[in-house]
Amino acid sequence: MPDSALPDGVERREFGGETRLATRGPPVYGEPTDGEWRAWDPERSKLGGMFELGFDTGLSGGETVLYLGAAAGTTVGHVADFAGPTYAVEFAPRPTRDLLDVAESRDRLFPLLKDARKPETYAHVVESDVDAIVQDVATRGQATVANRNARFLADDGRLLLAVKARSEDVTADPDDVFTDVLAELDGTYEVLESGRLDRFHEDHLGIVATPR
Amino acid sequence: MTDADADSGWFESVPPDDLEAARKAIDSGNTESPKDWPTKAVESGFAEDKNEYYDKLHEAATYTTREVVKERERADDQQLKHSIRAMDDCERVANELAERATEWAGSRFDDVDTGIAGARDLAEREPSGDLDGRVVSLSARAAALADERDALAATIDRIAPAVAPNLADMAGPELAARLIALAGGLEPLAKKPSGTVQVLGAEDALFAHLSGRAPSPKHGIIYTHEFVRGTRPEDRGSAARALAGKLALAARADHYSGEYREVLHEDLRERMATIRARAEPAGVDGDADDAPGPGGDSAATEGDDA
Repeated sequence: MPDSALPDGVERREFGGETRLATRGPPVYGEPTDGEWRAWDPERSKLGGMFELGFDTGLSGGETVLYLGAAAGTTVGHVADFAGPTYAVEFAPRPTRDLLDVAESRDRLFPLLKDARKPETYAHVVESDVDAIVQDVATRGQATVANRNARFLADDGRLLLAVKARSEDVTADPDDVFTDVLAELDGTYEVLESGRLDRFHEDHLGIVATPR
Repeated sequence: MTDADADSGWFESVPPDDLEAARKAIDSGNTESPKDWPTKAVESGFAEDKNEYYDKLHEAATYTTREVVKERERADDQQLKHSIRAMDDCERVANELAERATEWAGSRFDDVDTGIAGARDLAEREPSGDLDGRVVSLSARAAALADERDALAATIDRIAPAVAPNLADMAGPELAARLIALAGGLEPLAKKPSGTVQVLGAEDALFAHLSGRAPSPKHGIIYTHEFVRGTRPEDRGSAARALAGKLALAARADHYSGEYREVLHEDLRERMATIRARAEPAGVDGDADDAPGPGGDSAATEGDDA
């Protein structure tokens, strides 16, 4: 059952009577599987949430991707299932251990223990003109991270960003935080679409943008 | 170790199948702009084609990341303790030397700025004569110590999340390291009640209080945390108490399980939002835990938190 908004390699399939997003690849975190397909839980993945909510991500499958904030590899594993070469940047050692297990069984997933705020420390590894940057970093200054990493993105590439309001300022109204983030992105990116991910992730804003 | 050629890909000067060389290159390389590395690698003969390049990159990146994770996780609480103390020493001495050098330089050069910035500027100057030479050399040493301080801070930023993921996330790497250093290690910190965590670093004020000479301190080193410092003074006692409670739990989670616990962080954020809501005129909420506990009244913070 192909879905026009979903990239090749991502499908909606039945798992125990429920239609869910799925990709093809070795299971990672005990998710339900159906043959070689494995369910993609939108509650554990911001990008999965964006697909479920019908964001136009511009992804069609096979892209070169830079993933910032890969954590234990839950989402980046799904990305590597449908995308092409995928660079996974994560800063904390402990989740990176799990990310390594995900990368072990995916030969086009490249794990890097690096700080996404310092792209110069991985620009000698990550190639230029990637088709998409997926960002899910829970630190203050999420717009700054996106702006600094714009150097990797192709002119017609896509930034798929999940902003966590509470990482910027726990006490501010999330809407104010999102307004500030969008304003900071504006110099570097043209925002194509944005919307709250609250159905799956409270106080998160999903953003699709392209370089100016 | 910095790559001599700041514009090269990780694979340049890495012999084929030398994973250790690849690890060094990936871990410590530094380049401002990315390039089409797969194409360059094929052109330079590192790989036959892009597929082979990606295979090699996968092997090298996986190996490097596994080794670096191992190395970071080997760093323990005692290393963190030494690092933060060394950082403080470097900072203090750098400032003293910079002050001395710039004060001296003021009598011999024009346009001398104060502090580390002034020392950095002086270190670049061309001395004429012996005394000028001494001033410039002293400035260079102050600047080098300031650099070492920054390098130590970067190291702490890297190892603190490995040693104590919850504490480092909640307190920030630097404050996490300070709390561990003040307690003498992660285990002693994990065994302290939250009231002790709250006043760590305010020992002088605490003992003055215990001997009846002063009010109880509201907060010790945790004053440097934005949740405390950024809260209006009348609510700082509550903020410090709430933060200390969660920091104590974070230290216990880090010591006894080592796993990251999102719920701890969510709880603290909600508690802080409640406390800060009191500052809003309309937001009078019925928050009841405001009994004058360890420091419901005004008291000074002391120690190195300025």
